[in-house]
Amino acid sequence: MENNDVKVRVEHLTKYFGDLHVLDDVSFDIKKGEFLCVVGPTGCGKTTFLNLLTRIYMPTKGDLYIDGQPADPKKHSISVVFQEPSSMPWLTVEKNLRFGLEIKKIPKDEMDRRVENIIKLLGLEEFRHNYPHQLSVSTAQRIIIGRAFAMQPDLLLMDEPYGQMDIKLRFYLEDEVIRLWKETGTTVVFITHNIEEAVYLAQRVLILTNKPAKIKEEVMIDLPRPRDVTSPEFIAIRNHITEQIKWW
Amino acid sequence: MNETTNAMTNEQRVKLVQDQKRKLTYQSAMLSVAGILGFLLLWEFLAVSGVIESKKLSDVLQVFRLFILKFVDKKPDGAILPVHIWSSLEVALCGFGLAVLVGIPLGWLMGWYRGFDSFMRPIFEIIRPIPPVSWIPLTIVWLGVGLRAKAFIVFFAAFVPCLINSYTGIRQTKEVLKNVGKTCGASYFTVFWKVGIPSSMTMTFAGIKVAIGNAWATLVAAEMLASSSGLGYMILMGRSYGRVDLVMMGILVIGILGVVISALINLLENVVLGWKKL
Repeated sequence: MENNDVKVRVEHLTKYFGDLHVLDDVSFDIKKGEFLCVVGPTGCGKTTFLNLLTRIYMPTKGDLYIDGQPADPKKHSISVVFQEPSSMPWLTVEKNLRFGLEIKKIPKDEMDRRVENIIKLLGLEEFRHNYPHQLSVSTAQRIIIGRAFAMQPDLLLMDEPYGQMDIKLRFYLEDEVIRLWKETGTTVVFITHNIEEAVYLAQRVLILTNKPAKIKEEVMIDLPRPRDVTSPEFIAIRNHITEQIKWW
Repeated sequence: MNETTNAMTNEQRVKLVQDQKRKLTYQSAMLSVAGILGFLLLWEFLAVSGVIESKKLSDVLQVFRLFILKFVDKKPDGAILPVHIWSSLEVALCGFGLAVLVGIPLGWLMGWYRGFDSFMRPIFEIIRPIPPVSWIPLTIVWLGVGLRAKAFIVFFAAFVPCLINSYTGIRQTKEVLKNVGKTCGASYFTVFWKVGIPSSMTMTFAGIKVAIGNAWATLVAAEMLASSSGLGYMILMGRSYGRVDLVMMGILVIGILGVVISALINLLENVVLGWKKL
């Protein structure tokens, strides 16, 4: 997994909404296949940050480059797992998994292969022909995550995907994301306000400051996986990040 | 009670639930039948007992006999019942079909593309409050009293709910679903096609149902004012000849046809929106 190629380069990303200065000159690189977590206090502009990466908003200044080119959803493949449920309620599980692939016009046999693979990885065989509203919230969210990974994106963004879930489900789904990430070698940016979650998942954590958001600190985490949330090293890193967020 | 429930096998439990369900369906079906029968009995009682004189209310059997007879008898209005029904249906379906084909896509486009909305909205806002029936005089001048004239009036009646509902439906598309499409690299039109339209379907179908009701109501009004055939015309002739039974039979046929058409639309809705019911 160690790879030093820069996949995504964020340069001087700045965003104003009118007079409101949300994001201030944020620059960083993401390596190919890296798992990066972004944490910050509530209301610090995490979602704006994400929406800039997805190109739902365009930045006021600065830009985002994928493989050296300005990011463009039409050219590059950027997948997002949004905070709210975002499966298409009128499509079955299988068709939901195909949704993005069809838009990208992936050839039929390749599409079948990827979808079957994701269904197998997530253990969704028995739900294949169900509709999202027939499934539990967590299963529905797993479809979304599966849909995002099926795209084999250049960049996968996750915006607090487990915000609403209880702790047991969360651990389970976090392990699942790690598993998918390892299987597919996708580059992931995971946004969360849950510090423990960030330390559990990330290879590197970016800590954002309050509005206007800047990068306060980068923390490398090279604890072995699966990580033990009760180990002293884990707790030390967690406390350090908590301190950094509390600091002002 | 508890012991017996615990002792039951899986199959027994499934059977019990199915039996209960069947019983409920049966009960509600029986209640519906009883409702209709009760209504007919009340009607028959009022007619036969003379509470309402026979000049004003025919009894059930008389109406039913006329219904059968009208399949072959042209008297007194000059055409047999199937001809009237077909004449009305033809107009209703032409006008309604056109309204669906024009109104719904127009609503979708207006709801999705801001510029098109600004362009179309003023015209639509002026047309919207005009009662469809008020187009009748102008229509007679333009198109006479034939199929096209009536279909035109029906079109206006059905067009408005089709457009408003598909418009509102597509406007209510969840932002996050649009963003899913957008981040997959879809163009605005692809998002419209793949996300906007499917998510507007619930509202659109509600519009279609309102539209068919409006179309049917307007049709009969149009036929009563300017026509030479159709169910509305038949009712009007019944009035002229003082034939209460003919009028009542006409009204009943209109009602029953309405039920049949609604049922057909429901079938279509089940195909398109079946996922909601699972």
